[in-house]
Amino acid sequence: MPTLPAIQVADADYWSLRFVEARSASYTVRRNVPQPLALATNAGVMATVYAAGGYGYAATPDTSDAGVRGALDRAAAWAKTTARVALEDSRRLPRPAPQGEYASPSLASKMPSAAEWYDLLEHASRLAGCDARIVDWEALVDVREETHRLVTSEGGDVVQRFRFIFPSQSVTAHADGVTQQRSLNGYRGICQQGGLEVLARFGFEDAGTRIATEALELLAAPNCPSGRMDVLLAPDQVVLQIHESIGHPLELDRILGDERNFAGTSFVTLDMFGTYRYGSPLLNITFDPTRPEELASYAYDDEGSRAEKTYLIRDGILERPLGGAISQVRAGMPGVANARADGWNRPPIDRMANLNLEPGDATFDELVAGIEHGVMMQTNSSWSIDDSRNKFQFGCERARLIENGKLGAVVRNPNYRGISAQFWRSLARVGDADTVRVLGTPFCGKGEPSQSIRVGHASPACVFTGVDVFGGEP
Amino acid sequence: MLEAHFESLARVADGALCAGEIHTLTFAAEATHFVRMNRGKVRQPGHVEQREVTVRLVRGARHASHRLSLSGDSRQDEARLVDAMSGLREALAALPEDPHLLLPQRVESSRSVRDDGLPDAAVMIDTLLDAARGHDLVGMLASGPVYRGFADSRGQRNWHATTAFNLQWSLHHRADKAVRASYSGFAWRDDEARERVARTVDELALITRPPKVLAPGKYRALLRPAAMQEIVELLQWDAFSARALETMQSPLARMRNDARLDPRVDICEDIAHGVAPRFQADGFARPPEVALVADGRLVGALVSPRTAREFDLATNGANSGESPEALAMAAGELATQDALAALDTGLAVANLWYLNYSDRPACRMTGMTRFATFWVERGEIVAPVDVMRFDDTLFRMLGSNLEALTREREMLLEANTYGERVLASATLPGALLGELNFTL
Repeated sequence: MPTLPAIQVADADYWSLRFVEARSASYTVRRNVPQPLALATNAGVMATVYAAGGYGYAATPDTSDAGVRGALDRAAAWAKTTARVALEDSRRLPRPAPQGEYASPSLASKMPSAAEWYDLLEHASRLAGCDARIVDWEALVDVREETHRLVTSEGGDVVQRFRFIFPSQSVTAHADGVTQQRSLNGYRGICQQGGLEVLARFGFEDAGTRIATEALELLAAPNCPSGRMDVLLAPDQVVLQIHESIGHPLELDRILGDERNFAGTSFVTLDMFGTYRYGSPLLNITFDPTRPEELASYAYDDEGSRAEKTYLIRDGILERPLGGAISQVRAGMPGVANARADGWNRPPIDRMANLNLEPGDATFDELVAGIEHGVMMQTNSSWSIDDSRNKFQFGCERARLIENGKLGAVVRNPNYRGISAQFWRSLARVGDADTVRVLGTPFCGKGEPSQSIRVGHASPACVFTGVDVFGGEP
Repeated sequence: MLEAHFESLARVADGALCAGEIHTLTFAAEATHFVRMNRGKVRQPGHVEQREVTVRLVRGARHASHRLSLSGDSRQDEARLVDAMSGLREALAALPEDPHLLLPQRVESSRSVRDDGLPDAAVMIDTLLDAARGHDLVGMLASGPVYRGFADSRGQRNWHATTAFNLQWSLHHRADKAVRASYSGFAWRDDEARERVARTVDELALITRPPKVLAPGKYRALLRPAAMQEIVELLQWDAFSARALETMQSPLARMRNDARLDPRVDICEDIAHGVAPRFQADGFARPPEVALVADGRLVGALVSPRTAREFDLATNGANSGESPEALAMAAGELATQDALAALDTGLAVANLWYLNYSDRPACRMTGMTRFATFWVERGEIVAPVDVMRFDDTLFRMLGSNLEALTREREMLLEANTYGERVLASATLPGALLGELNFTL
């Protein structure tokens, strides 16, 4: 991180500088062929200025004294130019002075060399490419290290160091005109902070055999049946359900209308907080940046608010939105520390970070045993939801029928649809801590300009009743 | 200035090579004013400048790359580049040979610069906010130059610089009832911007009518070009990829056998008339046009250099993801002004939203209506419609159920700005469908 010059911004009420340095390496083996090594190094700074009641930002990869001063000047110019048409008077906004540090777990642990990574991935790839009907397969790991420093005019100075691990495996099977895909917890679904232990947690090295076998099994499986039935969702589907039908609708900037031209609005309105029944009494949703291995854990958000575990939905009742300090002022209600940017070149907006469904008390066997007629779905493969985050349709890679409390035949192309405002009220059983998986995605898209950010989700398996289930084309 | 900076980096890379090595450099930069608006006011105005170069070092069949942000200081950036090349040289020693490496054989340099001059971004915003005064406007302006470059140690040089703006806005009545429009291009005209806003205001009046709630079922549907763009954007995800077709992952894989679309459907990658550079990251030149679907049959694919080597095909300069950047669908014969009359009774859909596959091998897709979707009776707009979910196959939508394509097409610039502004476009007609399956 560069040494900061003495900073003065004429007529500014407040300024901040957010430096981000990132290094990454991508290792991939596809069809047993190592793909070219891809490295990246990226650094820059985002300046934010409040002046004359306006707000402006400017970003530059030039972190020299002159570069930083230039960015502050450009940010100040935008703040002053648009002050008379600013949506919010920046003189009302908080001026944080945070002090602190954060580091990912096992940040100091030694990581494999490029050759060692390729050896590991070639092993995984060879296990997956075990049958002529497996027509494509891939094993990859992205390793990304970032250092963030936030400095504010009020004396704030926070340094946070991260290491993110993104392992992924997938196979495609094809025979007799049928194509099926299977992956290890979805496309980039495994993503955590830490080191090699992340791969071990998911049995990454030897997973190829299982996912290839399951893909081949799907080739011969019948289509998922249609009808209303109970559904047991594995954690690698519940996390998608949480993300799309709880996370996005609770983002306070969506509720305030910022996203209506792009990512959309929300069926949730400000008057619902404190009273609205979002789900059954079994539904407990937390914003939890404190789980060390989870992808979006941190000590401070990108506006400098201190992050802590907070219930958003408790016993099914909506309590609090996902809104950072600026949105909280605009809405006049408390939120959480979730103002985040996906890099130095984008401004912070309200994001999910870690959004988790708290575990219940049912073992996996009890979840299955409680279903008379239904289906268990695993691993998200398709997602679509309306711009108010209400009418959804999701698909999974694999399903198994459940009859009289027992898991039965495998079926393919499982899909289900519903309405967020009703769906979570049909939550009938919540799995215990042994069923919880800590997953996430590096690709949560939102914002103008667009941002793709890392979010974590931890969830147990869950049972929902009376769900509209269907399969693929006959 | 940036072109000279890039040329200087290329010369430094040339000088940093050891015997038996070659390099390629790709360059991407922009200086963009982003202004975000909500409720007819400015929410977040700002400026982003960014520059990066990706250096690939090749020795025999071994290669690796390093993408670097550039500070703009020549001495510092040149030192970073040399360090990166040194690191890649060390890495190559531990890497296996790549059987799928393909480098261009011909040196094809090119230069394309377009800068018609744009007014200050604040002037554009003043015009927009003034024209929409009194309305709940939400929008985004991205304005400024975008640069792409390629250089290699064989002496090839490609440079593509374009100064453009993309203004997207929506006017909102209440909740999700809104109309959306855009104005983008290379030369700004104040009167054009005001006229487009005025048209949006007129359309907003239709949105204020009491909405019609439709039960799920099959309805006739007129998809406007912006709605067609959402379908095309889903197809950009592997549909035309040669690698995905070879491995049966493309949703159009069935078209390699007997499946086909309506004979009036012609689709090509029309680089000649798009905004994308005429070169790709490996230095291959792109042909002006690549036919993908002709007479409703799959006749081509986008073939990247790696795929060409892997599956013994000829590359056509596709990017590594083999996704279209200038997709164009041929026009039909239905005059847009007659489209509502041809629809007669059904849904006029201005925008679709959040498409994904419900059965990928069958190219069955689902998605939502969004913004101005109207119920039409006897060719007249009756009421806005609450959002509906469709779920249908492309082979029905642009096959057995396609009644007409409009005579007029729209060129729609890609508005996504993930990481950087994207130089891509789609040129599309509207489509009249005899039925579209709505499920929720």
